[in-house]
Amino acid sequence: MTRLIAVRLLFGVLTLWAVSVVVFAATQALPGDAAQLILGRDATPERMEALRDQLNLHQPVAVQYAQWLQDLLRGDLGTSFSNRQPVTEYLESPLGNSLVLMGLAALVATPVSLLVGAFSALRRDRGFDHTASLGTLVLASVPEFVVGILLILLLGPGGLDLFPSVYSREGGPDQWVLPSLTLALAVAPPIVRMMRATMIEVLESEYVQQARLKGLDERVVLWRHAAPNAIGPVAQVIALQLAWLAGGVVAVEFLFNIPGIGKVLMDGIANRDVPLIQAVVLLIAGIYILVNLLADVIGLAANPKVRVSGNRPSAPRTAAAKEQDEDGAAGTPAGDPKAKGVRR
Amino acid sequence: MTRNEHTVLRVDDLTVIGRPSDVEIISDVSITVRRGEILGLVGESGSGKTTLGLSLLAHCKRATQIARGRVEVGGEDLARLSERQVRNLRGRAVAYIPQSPASALNPALRLRTQLSEALHDAALSRAAVAERVREVLREVALPDDDRFLDRYPHQLSGGQQQRVAIAMAFVGRPELIVLDEPTTGLDVTTQAHVLATIRRMTREYGTAGVYISHDMAVVADLADEIAVMYRGDLVERGRTDEVLAGPEHEYTRRLLSAVPLLRTDGHGEAEEPEEEPLLRVSGLAAGYGRTRVLEGIDVSVSRGECVALLGESGSGKTTLSRSVAGLHHQFTGEVLFDGEPLARSSYRRTAEQRRRVQYVFQNPYEALNPRKRVRDQILGPYRHLVGRPADPDAVVAEALERAALPASYADRFPEQLSGGERQRVCIARAVATKPDLMVCDEITSALDVSVQAEIVTLLRNLQDEGMALLFVTHNIALVSNIAQRVAVLNKGRIVEYGPVGRVMSEPGHEYTRALIADTPDFRPSFAAAE
Repeated sequence: MTRLIAVRLLFGVLTLWAVSVVVFAATQALPGDAAQLILGRDATPERMEALRDQLNLHQPVAVQYAQWLQDLLRGDLGTSFSNRQPVTEYLESPLGNSLVLMGLAALVATPVSLLVGAFSALRRDRGFDHTASLGTLVLASVPEFVVGILLILLLGPGGLDLFPSVYSREGGPDQWVLPSLTLALAVAPPIVRMMRATMIEVLESEYVQQARLKGLDERVVLWRHAAPNAIGPVAQVIALQLAWLAGGVVAVEFLFNIPGIGKVLMDGIANRDVPLIQAVVLLIAGIYILVNLLADVIGLAANPKVRVSGNRPSAPRTAAAKEQDEDGAAGTPAGDPKAKGVRR
Repeated sequence: MTRNEHTVLRVDDLTVIGRPSDVEIISDVSITVRRGEILGLVGESGSGKTTLGLSLLAHCKRATQIARGRVEVGGEDLARLSERQVRNLRGRAVAYIPQSPASALNPALRLRTQLSEALHDAALSRAAVAERVREVLREVALPDDDRFLDRYPHQLSGGQQQRVAIAMAFVGRPELIVLDEPTTGLDVTTQAHVLATIRRMTREYGTAGVYISHDMAVVADLADEIAVMYRGDLVERGRTDEVLAGPEHEYTRRLLSAVPLLRTDGHGEAEEPEEEPLLRVSGLAAGYGRTRVLEGIDVSVSRGECVALLGESGSGKTTLSRSVAGLHHQFTGEVLFDGEPLARSSYRRTAEQRRRVQYVFQNPYEALNPRKRVRDQILGPYRHLVGRPADPDAVVAEALERAALPASYADRFPEQLSGGERQRVCIARAVATKPDLMVCDEITSALDVSVQAEIVTLLRNLQDEGMALLFVTHNIALVSNIAQRVAVLNKGRIVEYGPVGRVMSEPGHEYTRALIADTPDFRPSFAAAE
């Protein structure tokens, strides 16, 4: 299993590298001259020339990229054009805000949607199931900023006035409620639907029937026999959804005026602040890859076939099947390609 | 009626209906089973035998319900029990052994968990539960150490999995045990061991058993009494020897005569091989990656001859047939077809070569595209390999006729066909291009015994028309019914090769002898009398 994780990690790094190339190329392709942008319209040609030298803009693109990548690996993301601050410093507080928002949304959305999905599966084709499936369908088809606006109208100052709708530095923890709820509602529907579908499949399986025929309590059947087998596929969807959060915060932060990376990105684009844009996009891609990697690890860990075969490569079955089946009851010898194919 | 204290199970006029259609799945079924005896419940798929089996545990599948009748286990009426009492009853009074242990054992849980939880409601200490689990494992001839208990189901062989399932059922010392085709997916050797275990366990525990099967030969071997189900009705019931000797119902007769006999006169004797056989495989070795599956294979098939490849799962017989058909590329050695060497990959073979070698797959439920009509399934390969037919209807009609299906089936979708009919469509698809060699990969193993017999008859007719067959099977009884020559595969090597009559009567290799000994030999006495 360690090997499988290492392979996935390698692919994650490769993806990140590919993203860095794309980001760099995209910012190169942007119209406008960085030196002019930094110095403003009235800069003298001499000063602009000097700055171009300083920024290596005369070098070939490949050299510029290598330089940039090298700085990147050292943790130096460059200096923001618009406010002359190192990008890393500048991003610190917005990143914190965004992570709080995403973390809250994930903490609310994941367990609730898993429970709703599992319960829908149990109550298949009954009232709860129909309501939940209609609700998730509506939520999934409405963009998250519309959900946010509706929430503001309903629970914000204009409606029931339970929570503030705009972020302020002095605000209490209740100002996080509406934005994280918006995000949670945006990511939940696919998780609910996937959990329901997987759970139904698992509940119809023969091993769940067998567990019921053993006379086990329904709760034991559900949590011991059904849930572990549903986790793998659902983890993938959860990961996709949580990774989407990294990009999804942009609109929601804008709506609630939260100073997070989304807002920084918007400002960066407005100001043509290339180092800032590069840093934020790489950050979002990094979060995306990390979350997906985590889901892969969970998916692998939930699958005993992978878990066991990684630790003791192929030995258990080979030796076992031989030594205990010497009375001739061997079903599938170790060399059986079909059995191997399944395990891979 | 007097109550017999030895009666463990009593079912009176049980009727189960499907919802919401109200169709009766089983109608007015009555059976009784006494302590220590096994009732064989026989019928083809769809006859309601599993529904009956599950109702003995007060379990109804989705969208079914018990309409009337009663089920008594150990004197208790199941319908009167609360949900909690039903849970207590399951595992303790009645236990269930499933058809396919591979899917009935939870893949995510260790054997220890799955075995001990069967004792969930017993007033036993943890140590006592562990001791009982070990005891049962020893009884089914499995290791009882911690290393074994820490395993997951996928780390066991098929036979071991089924024995774990048996142990799981017996661990709570139930009074009644329901066995739902527990040996269907197993090789004959494994099946023989599992059956022996079941017989011994029911005897030692004094447990009553209900053994559900479509295979008369297995039931004849095991059961004290036989009940035959046909389309939801119990059509015949009696002591095993009486039913075998004098079946009263027409359907029972058909079931009995459908069982392939182990030693028959065969289907014609092998003639002297011609100068040049149609297919000659020499020195073939194949594998997957670094794993070697086949080594030094020499087989030949003459025109109009049927050669059987006999072996257990994992013996490499499917790899060999796939290599011949060009579906498996990783092999070395020579494959000559009609004197011409065949390329390894089917892509490199000429259309003519591909037309002349056709393949019929094991599982007809997966081999047909569910969205296409029978007509299009048959015309697909024809158009590709022969060309656009002048009269497509005639091509389809002829292919269906050769597969013994009415021409009206052309407009059906696969889901409108039974398992046997689907396999006939697969055969029709293969014969449509008029091949010289048909490779049949376990084509009867997914079918009921009665349907299997019809397919075998069909293959014999095709062979009489001049078709050569490479018939892959694990069922030794089928071999003598269809093939002229047989190659016995064991662990990737041919251990015995020769005319069927000689191999069956004087097997030269130990492995062949074991195979023959493990196969339930069955000759219905009524057939002899007729």
